[in-house]
Amino acid sequence: MTDRPAGPRGALTARPSSSPRRAWLGIVPFALFALAFMILPASSILLGSFQDEHGAFTLANIAHLARPDILKCYLVTIQVSAVTAVAGGLFGLLLAFSVTLGGLPKALRSGLLTFSGVASNFAGVPLAFAFIATMGRVGIVTVILKTVFGVNLYEHGFNLYSFWGLCLTYLYFQLPLMVLIITPALDGVKKEWREASESLGASGFQYWVHIALPILAPPLLSSMILLFGNAFGAYATAYALTGGLLNLVPILIGAQIQGDVLHDPNLGYALAFGMVVVMTACILAYTALQKRASRWLR
Amino acid sequence: MFFGFLYFFVPLAATFFFSLHGKRGVLGFAAYRRVFADPQFLTTFTFSFEMAVCTIVVGLALIIPTVIWIHLRAPWAKPIVETFSLLPFVIPPIVLVFGLIRMYSAPPFQLVSSPALLVAGYVVLAFPYIYRAVDAGLRAMDLRGLTEAAQSLGAGWGTIMFRIVLPNMRVSLLSAAFLTFSIVIGELTLAVMLAWPAFGPYMALVGRDLAYEPTALAILSFLLTWGLIGLIQFASRSLVSQGSAVGGAH
Repeated sequence: MTDRPAGPRGALTARPSSSPRRAWLGIVPFALFALAFMILPASSILLGSFQDEHGAFTLANIAHLARPDILKCYLVTIQVSAVTAVAGGLFGLLLAFSVTLGGLPKALRSGLLTFSGVASNFAGVPLAFAFIATMGRVGIVTVILKTVFGVNLYEHGFNLYSFWGLCLTYLYFQLPLMVLIITPALDGVKKEWREASESLGASGFQYWVHIALPILAPPLLSSMILLFGNAFGAYATAYALTGGLLNLVPILIGAQIQGDVLHDPNLGYALAFGMVVVMTACILAYTALQKRASRWLR
Repeated sequence: MFFGFLYFFVPLAATFFFSLHGKRGVLGFAAYRRVFADPQFLTTFTFSFEMAVCTIVVGLALIIPTVIWIHLRAPWAKPIVETFSLLPFVIPPIVLVFGLIRMYSAPPFQLVSSPALLVAGYVVLAFPYIYRAVDAGLRAMDLRGLTEAAQSLGAGWGTIMFRIVLPNMRVSLLSAAFLTFSIVIGELTLAVMLAWPAFGPYMALVGRDLAYEPTALAILSFLLTWGLIGLIQFASRSLVSQGSAVGGAH
């Protein structure tokens, strides 16, 4: 492993160097790599969304984004992301709360955190399989509900391959992710605050409304934004679950790349461009909230 | 808490139960046997395994020196690199791979048919995780104090790196490596779009054509993830390092 930067070896000292101008050399390899395989490809998408097939400037691709079917596609994707972000955020918060401030035993806490680490990584194709086996048309739960309880999920409008089915599946990685991100924030809530507020005569309700929630609101919101972005960019799970039946933006982009009937790279660029715009808005909101959050929770 | 348990447990149990139905009317591991007997299983898994190892090596080689350098010499660059390492969250994999294809399918950089591009994409995907883990590992030790002490005892930079800094952060390195592995091994988006015979696309293909084998695959990959995360936890506990290794993931 060559784990030395390409910087000047002799100049590398532990003390703040006398030549700060050369200090940037150390991050050059990383910056070059990021530029070559992240920044430039993303920018080339940006560029491509303003070009027609001959490379001339055009706004036609962007205008396509306003097509009703494409707008609907964005809307569905945003809805899935929002629903799973809010639901995953709330339930994740409850779970994290119960093991941090709720006073459940320590063993449960480490168990939950470990499991969350596993489950939040258990996404994509295998997750889709698991849900098909569970809630699909011949899934175990569907069959048990039908034969034992006489409830036919699919006659009641449930369909795993539809909007709510996708939400249910996404929650399987959203919820644990929330547990993982929010637990440190909940750990940062100090007992002293509660004691101080009580000694000043505040009730438990007042403590939560005026102290704990305002402090926790930024990390809560920022975690949910992260969940939103997480769901918004998810491709593999949706691909394996619905096989492209549900029109999500990532699926649509995939179709443009893979060159099936819909093949139109420039429309693909525009779609990707729209996605990056949404994600950028997410990350901006996220960093702004993080700054606020770090004031109290360190 | 109870509902949480139910929600997480039922799909797993159901999947496992489903996967045992490989042979009509008999509960057993027939589906698993068929999965293992499929030569495609082995070749795609091996391919993804190799890609994962390459990604870990390249990713660590790229990020460790950068982060050490930032800690010692260029603290001002921290926000910049941090932003870079968060960018993969902003650029969804599907957009990333689209950009990679557009950029590297024509001269002067014709890389689309080379596995190097796939590895590069994976390294980008793993950026946030590796960065967090390495950063947490460095923050957990007194890097400056250690390097100064070593220097004052006459150690060169090679000695400092390989005998002091890296051993001190082996837990975070391990967790970075395992996390990267678990990301790459089942990755679908990049592999499908760049048309590589990787494990993710193989699973998707099996899922389209067969009924019981996919659930066996799901259980296997869940066990694999468990094993990896378990290893991370085990490593961090046995070496008594602070901070949950998994927490470094997000």
